[in-house]
Amino acid sequence: MATTTTTVPSAGPVAGSRSFLSRLREGDEIARLVTFLFAASVVLVTLLLVFDLWQGSVLPRHKFGFNFFRTSVWDPILDQFGALPFIYGTLVTASVSLFIAVPLGIGAAIFLAELAPARVSDTLEFFIDLLAAVPSVIYGLLGVFVVVPLMRQYIQPALKNSLGFLPIFRGPAYGIGFLTAGIVLAIMVIPYIISVSREVLLSVPRDQREAALSLGSTRWEATWKVVVPFARGGIMGSIFLALARALGETMAVTMVIGNTALISASLFSPGYSIAAVIANELTEATSNLHYESLIELGLVLFILTFILNGLARLLMVATSQRGAGMGHA
Amino acid sequence: MKRITGMLLVAFALAGVLWADNALSINGAGATFPYPMYSKWFDEYHKKNANLAINYQSIGSGGGIKQITEGTVDFGASDGPMNDEQLKAFQDKHGFGILHFPTVLGADVPAYNIPGVSAELNFTQEALAGIFLGKITKWNDPAIAGANKGVNLPANDIVVVHRSEGSGTTYIWTDYLSKISEEWKTKVGKGGSVNWPVGLGAKGNEGVTGMIKQTPNSFGYVELIYVIQNNMPYGRVRNSSGAFIKADLASVTAAAASAAKNMPDDFRVSITDAPGKTAYPVSSFTWLLVPAKFSDATKRDAIKGFVKWMLADGQNYTEALSYAKLPKEVVAKELKALNNVQ
Repeated sequence: MATTTTTVPSAGPVAGSRSFLSRLREGDEIARLVTFLFAASVVLVTLLLVFDLWQGSVLPRHKFGFNFFRTSVWDPILDQFGALPFIYGTLVTASVSLFIAVPLGIGAAIFLAELAPARVSDTLEFFIDLLAAVPSVIYGLLGVFVVVPLMRQYIQPALKNSLGFLPIFRGPAYGIGFLTAGIVLAIMVIPYIISVSREVLLSVPRDQREAALSLGSTRWEATWKVVVPFARGGIMGSIFLALARALGETMAVTMVIGNTALISASLFSPGYSIAAVIANELTEATSNLHYESLIELGLVLFILTFILNGLARLLMVATSQRGAGMGHA
Repeated sequence: MKRITGMLLVAFALAGVLWADNALSINGAGATFPYPMYSKWFDEYHKKNANLAINYQSIGSGGGIKQITEGTVDFGASDGPMNDEQLKAFQDKHGFGILHFPTVLGADVPAYNIPGVSAELNFTQEALAGIFLGKITKWNDPAIAGANKGVNLPANDIVVVHRSEGSGTTYIWTDYLSKISEEWKTKVGKGGSVNWPVGLGAKGNEGVTGMIKQTPNSFGYVELIYVIQNNMPYGRVRNSSGAFIKADLASVTAAAASAAKNMPDDFRVSITDAPGKTAYPVSSFTWLLVPAKFSDATKRDAIKGFVKWMLADGQNYTEALSYAKLPKEVVAKELKALNNVQ
């Protein structure tokens, strides 16, 4: 999108002397128009999406107002709907997944880009791309048949015995719940982080590395203090992508989270996420208020994604200014 | 190039015309619970009437009611009868009513996984309501142990499993609990999805069966066919005359037969907790929703033809798929009601 809008004006001074008709004949104007329409369609679809979700959720917005975000009862029979447990579940599972996936993913990307022999790096990259393309329901099955029993029999009892003094590791070990959902999500998003971060690290100019080495730094110092900060923008981008996927993931989450509208400090507790409740209840929502409340949850998820992306972008701007001197050194 | 495109277009148009001329297609949508039965029926009926194709989307009962009300499908299907408000909405929109036709019967059974216990457990009404309200939390609670003398029940916590998505199976289960427990009725109520006091949600009958098989000390409700397919132990439920009944096709049909005597004219009846010594108490009809008026006479006749066949020959296919047959009295009554479709 950005490239088309910048290249067209740059052709301007040359094209300016010719008539509109001749430019049209040579295709410049047509190309400009067509690519502009394509770019505009992205904005249009987004706006339509928001408009449709807004239109579709009139009833609950009027009936509950802001209480929709503050209450935690979700009762289709008594027509009481509060989104808080779902917002909580979505944020907690996404946070757990990033907490696990970011260090693992970036560590693996650094190894593949900087330290591993090229052949190893390329082979592994093939498998990582393959993992990124696996449908989420497969990860859900992996979660149900492998992660859940492991959690119930080994990991949760072990965490309870060693770190049980923390409120996040208390309660009965069902095997399913926030922690399991976060782990399955982490497995799903790690390939995104590795794949994008590796590309970004590989595209850091050679001069950067060589300059650091020539100043006497070790290989690790050159990687950690020069190459990684230089690639920070791209690495953050890979984390956004992972976050977006974790927030919106439906199938794999609903299979392991326990689908219970609960707010609990314990990560062992079953919970619910926004995407999961929409997928589960929309087809059998018989009352209009129930149906429209689910649509409003869709709107909430959209806003949540929007806010988190905005915050992440702000964070990136703030940190890149501090690191600008290093980047241009 | 142009000529080829033109020829292709003509060919497509011709194919379209011929296709449309040959087959009448009827679209339906709704309940997932009877979907295996319906797809078998539509398939068999298509074999007999090659020029009629019935397409059925199992999008859920709520979706079925919504679609038939909006007029986007020719018939709907639901596991719970439409309520008065929904009937009125249909009447207001179309100017005529909608009819319910029971098709088959199904049952929910209590399934469990208690390490060391392989006996068939007996469940009283108090035990079932208590477990699902979260008041009975241990397997050796007197409310459960009292009905199971001689079984060594452990002192472990009960892990309750229920459906996560809205479903007809849940409707039947909560309808039953509402009838046997005043507290359930006022606190939770009946519906395809409810605000569960306790438990974990799993997706689909297969999800619940899977979770029960995997989780020690778990307890949940599933459709009869799933426990049979999975060879799982499942409990007897005490019915209104005090007998502990195991769900099978005979006991489900018995429940329907005892309710058939008082069948209302619009067939909107719940047969959970049915009277009768041998009746299994957690069973239900599932319904086709057919508009009372059709503007297209060929479609009307096709649907009426299918319902007639389903009530006669179609009933012979039910038991192979673990659905119970309709009692004769209900069939006779439905044939009469079919005349109201115009």
